[in-house]
Amino acid sequence: MGEILARYDFVGAFWLTIQLSFWSALGALMIGTVLAVLRVSPVPVLRLLGTAYVNLIRNTPLTLLMVSSILGLSLILGLRLSNDVKTDAFLWAIVMLSVYHAAFVCEALRSGVNTIPAGQAEAARAIGLTFNQSLTEVLLPQAFRGSIAPLGSTLIALIKNSTVASVIGVSEAAGLMATIVENETGGVPVFFVFALGFVVLTLPLGVLFTSLSRRLAVKR
Amino acid sequence: MQNVNKHFGDLHVLKNINLSIDKGEVVVLIGPSGSGKSTLCRTINRLETFETGTITIDGRTLPDEGKELANLRADVGMVFQSFNLFAHKTILENITLGPIKVRKTPKAEAEKKAMELLKRVGVEAQAQKYPAQLSGGQQQRVAIARSLAMNPKVMLFDEPTSALDPEMVNEVLDVMVGLAKDGMTMIVVTHEMGFARKAADRVVFLSDGEIVESNTPNEFFSNPTSTRAKDFLSKILTH
Repeated sequence: MGEILARYDFVGAFWLTIQLSFWSALGALMIGTVLAVLRVSPVPVLRLLGTAYVNLIRNTPLTLLMVSSILGLSLILGLRLSNDVKTDAFLWAIVMLSVYHAAFVCEALRSGVNTIPAGQAEAARAIGLTFNQSLTEVLLPQAFRGSIAPLGSTLIALIKNSTVASVIGVSEAAGLMATIVENETGGVPVFFVFALGFVVLTLPLGVLFTSLSRRLAVKR
Repeated sequence: MQNVNKHFGDLHVLKNINLSIDKGEVVVLIGPSGSGKSTLCRTINRLETFETGTITIDGRTLPDEGKELANLRADVGMVFQSFNLFAHKTILENITLGPIKVRKTPKAEAEKKAMELLKRVGVEAQAQKYPAQLSGGQQQRVAIARSLAMNPKVMLFDEPTSALDPEMVNEVLDVMVGLAKDGMTMIVVTHEMGFARKAADRVVFLSDGEIVESNTPNEFFSNPTSTRAKDFLSKILTH
């Protein structure tokens, strides 16, 4: 087992998984926040836009998004993010993971917004804050604190979903596992080693987010 | 306020309200539940929209939306029944938020003024705590200080003591009486008839969305003219 792993870049593959997850999580958080703002905005057109995005993306399989990015957008439409094929696939994987998980981040945040009593927004408006100021000073901080637990679940799902990137040739952990299983004997132990790798990545995050959600909860 | 009308669906909640309040005047709105007094109070800074009519504050007509409305709201203090302190901010931050973000007051200056206001309402020792750690009466006094920090031209009180335990009502009323004495223009929706007698210049009685009577507290409580007001008073003053 040890010698098999020694012949492959086990650490490198997981490092790629971590990079993929990190940048995608950042992207998903940004797009998701914008979407959540759209969905709670007082302008009907913006709300409709946010709802349409969430329903469309959330109900599309990630594999389909991933494949269509590289086949449709990159190869056919020529939207190359990089001239290097490997980097192009890596960047498209980040884009698609961000776009996909943004829908879930948006819904987690929106549920956080819904836990805020209406009086908080009224008080913010009553002291003369504009809509944007009410959002950034009063509503979003409370929404983030109220949705830490579901955001954590989304992050864990994102890390595991990053394995889908292997379908477009990003050689992250799952991609490497497929290669090893293909070329070597002992598929089951190899599988367990990779499964353990993901547990090491996600389990501490789960514990961290649970304790964060308890510590940062807004007391009413 | 001129000819203000408002509907909730089929319900006509404010019927041709005409009300003018002088600078420094303390007006108490009373009336049976569902009479529209809270709604009237909330339309003044447009937390409730209305369909027809105009509201003018210090010569400026209440705009529909946007930055101009925010500017006008900054001049109108509002104290809510459920306090509505910002739950994720400390008491001090609750008070300095408006001055720093809306008035662009430097932080140090805003904090100095906030501490003075907290002292005035008697909760300066709690400045670093969070709202949930304070009693209802303390929270409401902080809410009054938060409004005062904006140097409002007029203050609206929407049943400020209704959510308080009985022993905390007076600490809040004392602050309000003090404000009235200092010449603040106040519009107060309340069930505290004692406050109306003690601090109000005028009592406005609403019933079914209409202003039925408007008189000095003395006249209103001793000689109500309309049957609806007589009926209301007989129900609340028998205990």
